[in-house]
Formats: sequence, structure tokens, C-alpha cells
Amino acid sequence: MQDSRHYPGESRFTGWLYLLPAFLIYLVFVLIPVGQTIINSFYAWNGFGAQKELIGFENYTKLFQEGSAFLEAFSHNLIFIFFYTVIPVIFGLMLASLLGRTKLKGLTAFRTLLFLPQVISMIVVGVVWRWVLHPNFGLVNSFLRLVGLGAWARPWLGDFTWALPAVGSIASWVQYGFCMVLFLAGMQRIPEEYYEASSLDGASPWQQLWKITFPSLRPEIAVALTTTVIAALRVFDLVFVTTRGSPGTSTMVVGQLIYNTAFIQKQLGLASAMATVLLVVILLLSRLIRRYQEAGNEVAR
Amino acid sequence: MIRPTQPHRGQFFRYFLLILIVVLVLLPLSSLVFSAIRGPSAPNTSPFSLPASISLERFREAWFVGRFNLFFKNSILVAVIVVAVSVLLSTLSGYATGLLPMPGRRLLYGLMLIGFMVPFEAAIIPLYHLMDRLSLLDSYWALILPQIGLSVSFGTMWMGSFFESAPRELIDAAVMDGANRWQALWKVLFPMARPATTTLIVLLFMWTWNEFLLALVMVQNEAMRTLPVGLAFFQGRYSANVPLLAAAALIVALPTVLVYILFQRFFIRGMLGGAIKG
Repeated sequence: MQDSRHYPGESRFTGWLYLLPAFLIYLVFVLIPVGQTIINSFYAWNGFGAQKELIGFENYTKLFQEGSAFLEAFSHNLIFIFFYTVIPVIFGLMLASLLGRTKLKGLTAFRTLLFLPQVISMIVVGVVWRWVLHPNFGLVNSFLRLVGLGAWARPWLGDFTWALPAVGSIASWVQYGFCMVLFLAGMQRIPEEYYEASSLDGASPWQQLWKITFPSLRPEIAVALTTTVIAALRVFDLVFVTTRGSPGTSTMVVGQLIYNTAFIQKQLGLASAMATVLLVVILLLSRLIRRYQEAGNEVAR
Repeated sequence: MIRPTQPHRGQFFRYFLLILIVVLVLLPLSSLVFSAIRGPSAPNTSPFSLPASISLERFREAWFVGRFNLFFKNSILVAVIVVAVSVLLSTLSGYATGLLPMPGRRLLYGLMLIGFMVPFEAAIIPLYHLMDRLSLLDSYWALILPQIGLSVSFGTMWMGSFFESAPRELIDAAVMDGANRWQALWKVLFPMARPATTTLIVLLFMWTWNEFLLALVMVQNEAMRTLPVGLAFFQGRYSANVPLLAAAALIVALPTVLVYILFQRFFIRGMLGGAIKG
């Protein structure tokens, strides 16, 4: 393969010449800043004009102190994984297995609609969902009053207990279409003969689901996990536009905390340490999910 | 694809399910349209109720008084430049990683993959500092350059995997005819790559259009805001004026929705394919 890449008389480095412009911009505006963030995390640096002072791991010990703002925010991100990942994936698998192997009219139009929340700015999504969850005219409270559960109506985004699940539900609304379209596409790949053969062997639809559908969807499930888990960990826009972490710190997530710490409190070293932890967690998790996917490939062989 | 005939009830249930899901998606979004075109109404009118009369006055108000005309111009300018430059650079770099001799390719892939996953949070502080020192805060450059940096990491891998799968005989034939690498790219491969570049264009457009953190941090001057940031601040100020806010939000959402509807095949394929590669 390497041979057909290479023509006689051509430099070995021709590729780098073509790569250079893109790589330089990537280097200067992404890679180097990320590296600087990691370096800055070992400094006390309070304000963009201020002097930096090397303090080793002090920022990190602050982050991982019991009851720190960071640990609380991080626990909220972990709860968000339930809303970003668990609900959409389970919901998506259920619906895809119900709809995937049938020929329904309008399935394409349906797919188009399902994907719609994915393309709209999260700020717009936030504006709309503040109305859905509004204490007076919101859809949720109106519905509760309609079915006689008016006592359950509350200002969802202003409630210490319910604000976090409320913001999380918005994320589920955005993500489940993506998961479902992904799984529907994956199911097209599974040969219909598998189902026919197993039916002849007397397998129940339930067994077919567990023995054929889910194992075959392993690559798609891995993709859904990677994308949605990363989205749950790096969430910022959605929280910024709905609650900014309020009431109190009950919806504070790492993204919002980094923003506040860096650009409001100007504790740049501390914020860099938070960003570094976030980065490491995201890279580790996506490796882990990749391994799950590769393990699946081995089994399939 | 022959299936035993479904029992009638099962089919009915499936359609019921489809409709339920569609309602679940559309109901929240319906408030945007209903409220934005609503004529004069009582202040406590629900955003989800059908408008009794129709008026386009709110769009005009958001556009001129809310300064969404400025935000729109900024968003378009940033998105067009980011997309054009990123697609051009990604074509070159994808050509390199996909087809050209290049020692250190694996290392490069690893480095590029980071850009795929890093949250902008992990780069934003040094980026702000950099733009500050270059006196580029409150300029288009502060929005455009980092966004190009992030876009080419996806673009390189996207175009690279396309070129890798391109039929080699075509390139070899072009070279036999005396074309050099540069001509082979633009005369043979680039025209062939149209589906891949179209997908890349629509994805990058959407990501750039909806980008928030960078645009929030780099710009203080109101006149330089992009649409999402403009809307976020607008919401803070006009949260009581539902129809005006709805019109503003529609201005932000419509361009990506339009591009999505026009190019949806490319779009869904790209989101799924792009995700699978990541």
C-alpha cells in the first residue's frame, strides 16, 4: 500500500507539504492552547495580567477536597450521563427494534423530523424549553393540571430538587433522535435471513432481540455511547441558557464552573486544572468505549 | 426483505408510536412558530396556543431593534469564511493523509483525534490570552481562527478516509498522462469527492453557526456578537416578551434548519459516518 502512495522521484515528505497549512492552524489554535491549559493548571494565576506562580499540584488538591465545588459539579455531569446517554440509548434501542424491521410508510420523513433537534442551536432549544417548563403557562404544568395532578406542578427550573433532572430531560429530548436514527441505520445492515433462520429454530422475538439485534448493533451502540457521554461531560450552552447553574449550585456543571472560575472569578490556574481533569476523563472514557467496540469485533470474528 | 404479514393491530401500534414521537419532537418547537407570528395578544397568552391573528411585526422588531441584522451578518461572515477555508485546507490535508507519502502518519492521526474530542473549555483560557496579546479580541479573527483549527481536525480525517478509498487506477492513469500530484487532486479527485465535500460543508456550517462558548468569550462588543450569543443576551433582557423572543430564536434556528432540509441525506450520513469514525 505504501508503494502505490509513492511515485519515482517524489520526495517522501510530499504529504507534509499538503498537510502543513491545516496542521499549523490546528497546532496554533487547538493543540498548543490545550498544552498551555495543562501547564497553567500547575500555577496560581489570578487574572490575565497577573504573574503566574508555580504551585505544583495545589490546584488539584483543591479540586478534589471533600465537598469542593468541582466535585459537586462533576457529580452533576455524571447524573447528566443518565439523561444524555442511558435514556436515549435505551429508548432508541426499544423504538428501533419496534420499527426497524417493518416497512412503514413515512419512515423517511419520520427520520428527518427525529433528527431536527440535533441541528438547532442549543440556545434556541433552551429558549423553547424554558417555556415548556414555565411555572404558569408551561406545557408540563398545564398537562399536570389537566389530568388533576396540579399539586405536582412547580417551577421546574427554579426547584432545588427538580432543576437538574429538568435540564437533563432537555438533553434527552435532543439526543434520543440521534440514537434512534443511528440504530435504525444499523438495523438495515442485519441480513433478514438471520431472523428467518432463528424463527425456524423456534427463537422468540425477545430472544432474537438479545441474540441478533443488540449484538449486531454493537458498533452503533459504541458510537452512541461515545458521542452522548462526551456531550454530557462537556455540556455548557444548555446550562448557560437555562439556569447558569442555579438555583444555588444545584445545576452547576463542570463547563459552567470553568467559565465562572476563569472569566468571572479570574482564577485561571484553578480553572485550567478543572479543564485538564475534564479533558483527561473524556479521553479515557472514549478509549474505554473504543475497547468495548473492538472487543465486540473480536467476538464477531 | 419478505416479512410475514403483520397482524393489523401491531401495525396500528407502530403508527401510533411514530405519531407520538413526532408530537414529542414538534410540540416544544411549535411554540416558536406560533408565538413569532402571533398578532397583538394578551401578555399571558401561552406560547403553545394557536395564534388568533398573524403578524410579522416581531421579526422586524427583532431584526432592527434587537440588532439581529448585525448578529446575522456576523454569523454569516464567520460561518462562510470558516467553512470555505476549512474545506480547502481539509481537502489538501486529507489528500496528504489519504494518498500521499507521509512518514509519521499514525502519530498525526492520534494528534488530530484529540481535536475531535476536546471540549473548547480545555483551550479557551490560553486562546483568550493569545487573542488579547494579539489585540484580536472583539474581532472576527478571534472567532474564525480557532474554529478553523477545530474544523480541520475533523475535516482532515473525513476527507482522508474518502481519498483513501478512492480508486487508485484513476490517479495512476492521471499520472501516466503527465499530471503531477497537484493536478491529479484538482482535476481528477476533487470533482469525484463532491458528496464528501458537500457533507463536510453542511456539517461545518452547522457546527460553526451554533458554536457558543468561543463566541461568548472572545466578543464583548455587542455589535460583534454572533446569533446564538446575541440570543442568549436577548433572552436575559426580553424574557417576558415571548413573541419577540420567539421571532429572534427563529432567526437563529432557520438557517441551519433550511440547510438541513435541503441537504438532509448528506447531513444524516455525515453525522452518523463522522461519529463512527470518531
